Amino acid sequence: MKLHVSLPGLEMKNPVMPASGCFGFGKEFAQLYDLNDLGAIAIKATTEEARFGNETPRVAETEAGMLNAIGLQNPGLKGVTEQELPWLQQLDTPILANVAGTKMEDYEAVAAGLSESGMVAALELNISCPNVKEGGITFGTDPKLAAELTKRVKHVSDVPVYVKLSPNVTDITEIAKAVEHAGADGLSLINTLSGMKIDPATRKPLLANEIGGLSGPAIKPVAIRMIYQVRQVTELPIIGMGGIMGMEDVLEFMIAGADAVAVGTANISNPFACPEIIQELTDWAGTEPAADWAGWKQGGVKA
Amino acid sequence: MIQKEWMSVVSIDEIAASIFEVVLEGDMPERIQAPGQFVHVKTSPHVAPLLRRPVSISEHWPEQRRMALVFRAEGEGTSRMAAWRAGDEVDVLGPLGNGFDTSDVDEGEKALIVGGGVGVPPLLGLAKQLAGHGVRVQTVLGFADEPSAFFQERFSALGDCFVSTIDGSIGETGFVTDVIDRRGLSYDAIYACGPLPMLRALDSSYATAKGKLSLEERMGCGIGACFACVCHTADDPDGTSYRKVCSDGPVFPWGEVVLS
Repeated sequence: MKLHVSLPGLEMKNPVMPASGCFGFGKEFAQLYDLNDLGAIAIKATTEEARFGNETPRVAETEAGMLNAIGLQNPGLKGVTEQELPWLQQLDTPILANVAGTKMEDYEAVAAGLSESGMVAALELNISCPNVKEGGITFGTDPKLAAELTKRVKHVSDVPVYVKLSPNVTDITEIAKAVEHAGADGLSLINTLSGMKIDPATRKPLLANEIGGLSGPAIKPVAIRMIYQVRQVTELPIIGMGGIMGMEDVLEFMIAGADAVAVGTANISNPFACPEIIQELTDWAGTEPAADWAGWKQGGVKA
Repeated sequence: MIQKEWMSVVSIDEIAASIFEVVLEGDMPERIQAPGQFVHVKTSPHVAPLLRRPVSISEHWPEQRRMALVFRAEGEGTSRMAAWRAGDEVDVLGPLGNGFDTSDVDEGEKALIVGGGVGVPPLLGLAKQLAGHGVRVQTVLGFADEPSAFFQERFSALGDCFVSTIDGSIGETGFVTDVIDRRGLSYDAIYACGPLPMLRALDSSYATAKGKLSLEERMGCGIGACFACVCHTADDPDGTSYRKVCSDGPVFPWGEVVLS
């Protein structure tokens, strides 16, 4: 079976990409393996101005998961386009650039700048970061705001725009439909679930930011459920993510309705997670009689 | 070159209360470049505990393909490590970070090594390297109490070694800075690793010193990609300047980073 996946702006050798925020801008992982093995790379969120992010501790381990509150630390639009993206151009791997901000104008400026740079294959609109004080997730929890932001960003972008959805909503299908009508080219879901951990001995939260985003295997069933629900209401391509640790997880996401997947937290506990999963998938595909993913996914989830 | 390797446990010993020294064998020791580097350990082959645990390399012997790690068994991950037995195969990522650059002191000069608690281990490899270069090594080690003290004999073999404990149960009563001041220890460079309050006290008491200090921080990936373990820099014109403890450090030049 061929592993190749073709999505708007993203011609992927296989359906596996590292998730935004878990891979930096790729340089650290390039010391460990050939980034051309990846289907695509979702780089760390870019904001208009450079950000330091939150104070530490920024991560805390939970049962089969982790909380993080990095706070969108990044070198800003100028830093990303001048210092990070040029280096990534040597790769034969499409770059999905995550766009974040606090006001709609910020998102427009970053999206326009990244699109004009000619160095990214597509944008991923981050309307779901739970770790910044304002903006971010607000756009991801109100269908009207999500739609307006999508429309405005689409207007200034020459590359396809994926919208990254938050699971911290009552009905994720409402947001999915709203951004689809506003012109989104694809969806990625789910971002982290808002969470908190307190040390009973000190009564203090483990994160300096108190609240953070929960990721890892602990949230996988939520991700699967949401992708399954969103698949019922839209034909848009879906990049699925949330706790993928191995090949079996990838297959589960594809059955639920994803067209490609992003591996996040697994990169943190094992920096070789992506190439290991891709190798597992390659071995598996060698014995699969279906011609491609479309054939393999025929019928989707069985009743 | 960072690698992920299944290493075999040669020995494991409780050298002080809840402090364990484990010797591992494999290819990694040949890749260690400097004392002060660390490894990131997966404490279970299962999903949980999910995150690796950063652990200092205390010594390494490339010819024997061996290295020693020292850790305090405290939470779930390190307690699992404490249950390792000789012959076990364990998942280790490393060597990580930048270790101690010893160019601050020349042969015949004096180095003051200051360690606190579980910050002491990486300083042993450093002390051996300095002594090997003909640097005069003097050490001040601080511990909570006698049961938690370790490595005094090994440091004593390399030069003067003073110990302080908070309760006075061994060595001198008080903090490491009390020992340095009381004895009027002089030095050409300081090398320190230990709890933040200790590093802060050293930094403020000896602000103009030459030397290096090693930081401890809760880490995510350990390779510089996740931005979990950043710290502010002293020189920070617009508030966005930072260093990553795992990959820029954990060893930093004296005065470079903010000890907050």
